[in-house]
Amino acid sequence: MKVVEWRGKPVWILRRTPDMLASLPKNDDKVADPHSDKVYQLPMPEYCKNETRSRAEHKEVLVVVGICSHLGCSPSSRFAPGAQPNLPDDWTGGFLCPCHGSTFDLAARVYKNKPAPSNLDVPPYMYLSDTRIVIGKDEKGDA
Amino acid sequence: MAAFKETKLPADAPAADKALGWIDDRFPLSKLWNDQWGKYYAPKNFNFWYIFGSLAMLVLVLQIVTGIFLTMHYKPDAGMAFGSVEYIMREVPWGWLVRYMHSTGASAFFIIVYLHMTRGLLYGSYRKPRELIWLFGFAIFLCLMAEAFFGYLLPWGQMSYWGAQVIVNLFGAIPFVGDTLSLWIRGDYVVSDATLNRFFAFHVIAIPLVLLGLVAAHLIALHEVGSSNPDGIEVKDNLGPDGHPVDSIPSHPYYTVHDLFGVSVFLVIFSAVVFFAPEMGGYFLEYNNFIPADSLKTPSHIAPTWYFTPFYSVLRATTADFMYVLMAAVAGYVVFIWLKSRLAFKTKAIIAVVALLMIVGMQILEAKFWGVVLFGSSVMILAGLPWLDHSPVKSIRYRPDWHKYVYLVFGLSFVTLGYLGTQLPTPAFTMVSQLCTLLYFSFFLLMPWWSTMGSFKPVPNRVTFHPH
Repeated sequence: MKVVEWRGKPVWILRRTPDMLASLPKNDDKVADPHSDKVYQLPMPEYCKNETRSRAEHKEVLVVVGICSHLGCSPSSRFAPGAQPNLPDDWTGGFLCPCHGSTFDLAARVYKNKPAPSNLDVPPYMYLSDTRIVIGKDEKGDA
Repeated sequence: MAAFKETKLPADAPAADKALGWIDDRFPLSKLWNDQWGKYYAPKNFNFWYIFGSLAMLVLVLQIVTGIFLTMHYKPDAGMAFGSVEYIMREVPWGWLVRYMHSTGASAFFIIVYLHMTRGLLYGSYRKPRELIWLFGFAIFLCLMAEAFFGYLLPWGQMSYWGAQVIVNLFGAIPFVGDTLSLWIRGDYVVSDATLNRFFAFHVIAIPLVLLGLVAAHLIALHEVGSSNPDGIEVKDNLGPDGHPVDSIPSHPYYTVHDLFGVSVFLVIFSAVVFFAPEMGGYFLEYNNFIPADSLKTPSHIAPTWYFTPFYSVLRATTADFMYVLMAAVAGYVVFIWLKSRLAFKTKAIIAVVALLMIVGMQILEAKFWGVVLFGSSVMILAGLPWLDHSPVKSIRYRPDWHKYVYLVFGLSFVTLGYLGTQLPTPAFTMVSQLCTLLYFSFFLLMPWWSTMGSFKPVPNRVTFHPH
């Protein structure tokens, strides 16, 4: 995972393995807002309103603003699946917010019954080439 | 207004007496001293618990003096703040001592103030006619929390940064205006140089000014109505031939000596901490705060400094599932008020409407907002104590024995909440903190009833006092 700064905030760029991607549909009934209908700070870009919350060109690459929708901490990555401290036993990998214990899956969707009310924001972004991403800008223009 | 009258002293009177006479004719120096301390008659049966008022005063002075010296070397600039604190620690002569005194002083202040409040709770010091003393004291507590919070950002370490981020975002949970409000407080979209500068202004000038005013009001109100005592009886009801209460002694020299002894013991402990354990195992100064602020990474274990953790636990306990418990609790409380209270029908109706709005609100608004509401209420509810306590006696000494267990359960819930606030949240810990949150609020909200129940012991006419 790569962390870059955008508008003073961390943006995570995470390349997910096929196993990680396969875990996402299993979480649909465990997350609070599986289809990202709720808005936190940025409107959900239409091109990312899908199961993987990513652009079609690279479904495996997740781009999100790493700021928890509860009180603005940056969650830590807990990618290893399985039982571990502070996480449920059926953990499939994701993020844990150290401040108030909100958990997010590998599409940065918040689990139910956590302090955070909504999923992490997906910023507008687009691929300049296969290996270059621009954040804050897409076909519709600058954010 | 009487005409100006010059005090006439014999020509051979000591120069000091003449000087004092000259001042007293122009400024009520002796009068102020006598009213506020010298001839202020305080009950003679004060015990250990009555030292913390004076100690709080001492720590306030320590904080102001060390703060002045820190300000001489500190730079409130996001790029230089962390470095300037390290500069104080390593380069400024005795800078480490001044800084450790200031940081240990902050924790000492809260320890003293919590003990001072416990005293008030045990002996009913907030009861009529001392409601305003309690309210001024409560306002001082709020100022201290603000002071501690603003001050904690200044070292610009990781905990400074993320602590400020979380607390400022608390305001963001308020519906409609929240985001604008937190933007206004921060002065930027993220915690930044603008935030640091304004927090510095609040920490060094705005809050201390208010704090000093409130301390003066707290003391003036206290010396107006007179101190309470561990027996919770009014010593002024029993005056001696000299017009002073028979159970009281002048503060000077009696309590001056008493307080100086307390100060010595306190300074021994305080110095031990300053010199040997200024970080106090990460409780007084958190380890992560020795890492410069990084806006891209939250430390993996984040918790506020210990004095905020009980209230922080209440915030964290408020999850979506817990909202149903809260709705049931609010509904139950309203039913209880209708059945058990002697309030006017109109008041009951208003309470019912407010409760109904709250229950509807709990379904519509996010748990995040209610967490902030509970967090705020857990602090604000302290202000209501004088009006919640209906016990016929003030002091715990003459209350039914089972009241002591009520206080014990309350104390344990508060300490447990405090401990859990320092730990990472787990499902089990969350359950415990939810239980403690309910106990914490029940203690206050049910107080009008439980405080009158049971058989009270007879209160003596004179204070309990054994001459040494």
